[in-house]
Amino acid sequence: MGKIKFNRYYKHFGYISAILIIISLCFLFFKGLNYGVDFKGGTLIEIRIETSEHSVSKVRDVFSKTNLPNLTVKNFGNDKDYIIKFQKQNLNDPEFIGNLKNIVSKSFPNINFRRVENVGPKISSELLKSGIIAISLSLAAMLFYIWIRFEWQFSLGAIIALFHDIIITLGIFSFLSLEINLSIVAAVLTIVGYSMNDTVVIFDRVRDNLRKYIDLNIFDLSNQSINETLSRTILTSVTTLLALLSIFFLGGEILRGFSFAMILGVIIGTYSSIYIANPILVKLKVDHYTVVKKEEEEKN
Amino acid sequence: MLYFSKIKIITVLIITLVLIYFSLSNLFKFDDNFIKNKINLGLDLQGGSYLLLEIDNQPIISQTLQIKLIDLKKIFNDKSIKAKNFLIENNKIFFESDVSSVDQVREILENKESDINPYFEKFKSYQYNVENNNNYFSIYLSEYGIVLLNTSSLDQAVEIVRRRVDETGTNEPNILKRGNNRILVELPGLDDPARIKSLLGKTANLTFQFVSSNENDSFGTEILKFDNNLDQAIVSKRIILNGDNLIDAKPRMDTQNNQTIVSFTLDRVGSKKFAKATTENVGKQLAIILDGKIISAPSIREPIVGGSGQISGDFTFQSATDLALLLRSGALPAPMNIIEERSVGPDLGKDSIKAGIISLIVGFGLVVLFMFYKYRVFGLIANLTLITNLFLLTGILTLFGATLTLPGIAGIILTVGMAVDANVLIFERIKEEIYNENNQMVAFDNGYIKSRTAIIDANITTLIAAVILFLMGSGPIKGFSVTLGIGIVTTLFSVYFIARLLSSIYVKSNKDKEKII
Repeated sequence: MGKIKFNRYYKHFGYISAILIIISLCFLFFKGLNYGVDFKGGTLIEIRIETSEHSVSKVRDVFSKTNLPNLTVKNFGNDKDYIIKFQKQNLNDPEFIGNLKNIVSKSFPNINFRRVENVGPKISSELLKSGIIAISLSLAAMLFYIWIRFEWQFSLGAIIALFHDIIITLGIFSFLSLEINLSIVAAVLTIVGYSMNDTVVIFDRVRDNLRKYIDLNIFDLSNQSINETLSRTILTSVTTLLALLSIFFLGGEILRGFSFAMILGVIIGTYSSIYIANPILVKLKVDHYTVVKKEEEEKN
Repeated sequence: MLYFSKIKIITVLIITLVLIYFSLSNLFKFDDNFIKNKINLGLDLQGGSYLLLEIDNQPIISQTLQIKLIDLKKIFNDKSIKAKNFLIENNKIFFESDVSSVDQVREILENKESDINPYFEKFKSYQYNVENNNNYFSIYLSEYGIVLLNTSSLDQAVEIVRRRVDETGTNEPNILKRGNNRILVELPGLDDPARIKSLLGKTANLTFQFVSSNENDSFGTEILKFDNNLDQAIVSKRIILNGDNLIDAKPRMDTQNNQTIVSFTLDRVGSKKFAKATTENVGKQLAIILDGKIISAPSIREPIVGGSGQISGDFTFQSATDLALLLRSGALPAPMNIIEERSVGPDLGKDSIKAGIISLIVGFGLVVLFMFYKYRVFGLIANLTLITNLFLLTGILTLFGATLTLPGIAGIILTVGMAVDANVLIFERIKEEIYNENNQMVAFDNGYIKSRTAIIDANITTLIAAVILFLMGSGPIKGFSVTLGIGIVTTLFSVYFIARLLSSIYVKSNKDKEKII
């Protein structure tokens, strides 16, 4: 198999990634994320209208009769289903949803309330906090694991690649105004796992090769390692993407955001294992003695 | 590496067959007692409601401090300690003692034997912290005192919530403590929890108090509103009887005026108290008060001595049934707030199951076809491994009686996509080894050995993510982390035992083939 000179483009893609990260950070900073009810608090209602005539604006008109603060209405998946969101913080009134149903079903006799989610402000801020803690904790745990299994240079490379993946994925979510809910946190954590997985496989080969070749420099050695693991990288990405695409297209509207985040993550994660994690090893001037010295020390 | 001992083969085979049996038991009803567990469908798949309630313990804290204040006054009185300016503010009792008795007060409050401020040896903590600045004292619940109070109110509340939910006849409700002041209520199959919400939203504190015209009532009076929020009445603060003395309550039709009423029966102590009070106060109005609102205030026409009575009011049959239910199940120790509510209708659940299964089949099919296209015979081995892996995964889920959610199904599909990774790593490594090595058997062995660290490291990192999700996540996310995490374990098992066994059999019988992979 012919070798691809990945290392020829380390610099170029380095710049591209840096620019993407800056753009993503700008979006995250200035535009922010579109938090769903899980993290913002409020009420979400999914309805299906079977027969009567309906449209987003008509549904909005009917719901706005009831004076709901920050009301938004969107189609959900197909043109029969709608998602209605509003801020309502007092969840204790047991009549509220019942009254709302009565009012709405006057205008749409064949309405079906498929889902009601109501999250109080206390819970939403707790969920956000635990989401952030979960992501930070898993980054720390992986950093630690890689540090034990490899040298610190590898650990640093892997973790920068992970930050790259998370920032850009969230940047794209901000750019497209896609909703961030609990399942996106799960997706981000899985991306972290997948991207790490990918990086580890290449790093494992780099370490192998570092032991084998004393005088091959890391610039060429990383390229050789990427090439040797390339077919695996592609195969695994393809099978994972096949599974994810089938969730994206067939798994229903609820899983769409989740699978979209995962698809982005797999693509970005695969890219970053090659073009972020490896160039960092080159920058840190990892060589034969980085891995061998320590092992000899351990033997003594 | 290609050699397997017989014991190993048999063990692997048994584990695999047992788990396959477990997973199949979800589909077919096997007539045995071997496996009782089943995979449960989460609320998002079968439809149902999820409520998270938080107990507001402030009223209990205030009440506890009130009682403590009375005790303190009494003990100071008994010991002739002069203290004044008693005040409760910000959950603290303040008072001022005589300058000469400061030490005596401290001694009383720090006496480990006495009941006024219990000391818990196990926790090295008093129930109350005591601070004084000269003769100015402040007393407040210690951290452990609060924990103790929260725990006992949570225990009581869970019991009451369970009784109320059970009384409504909801199928298999799931009621769990969460933290130290929250209760999780899961109601499968119930997509409109309005009634449960209204039942759980009430403290159901029932009291009987006389309507008082006399402003100089020795117990003091309070103005309370009627249930209709319009009228009000002055009632004595003296509580004749409360809900604790009730042993039964039922909705009933009053045949005389065709009204729905709630009839109740009192226990022995209650009957005596009620008889005494009604005998002494014939002609007076007795207010029946629920959660600070007067339901009705009938006049006592004759003494009620039989230990039973009835509450009339503006009831529909439903509201009378609910009131009776609340009275039967008892009062909550403190009010509760609903802080999170999620409900899913049954048809959305069905749609989600359908979408989940279709995407699983399609995702699985695509991966299987791709692997076969790429590796032929070894693709078949990988695919066989993948199928076994799915059975093992569902088998373990069954064994634990795990709950399958929609994100859980996503986790399974993702496992399908990522599970082939280990086999791909091995096969690719074997290809490389064959390139350098003439002996195919040795190459196979090397392939397995050399790919091992990468596979283990890669899977452990994903496992770390799954474990953290499990620990930190809630509800549906937990379901995802469970399938993802178990998926990793079954993947490693199936790759290292099943796939390796199959490929060793194949390699041994095709030693002389030119190009084996």
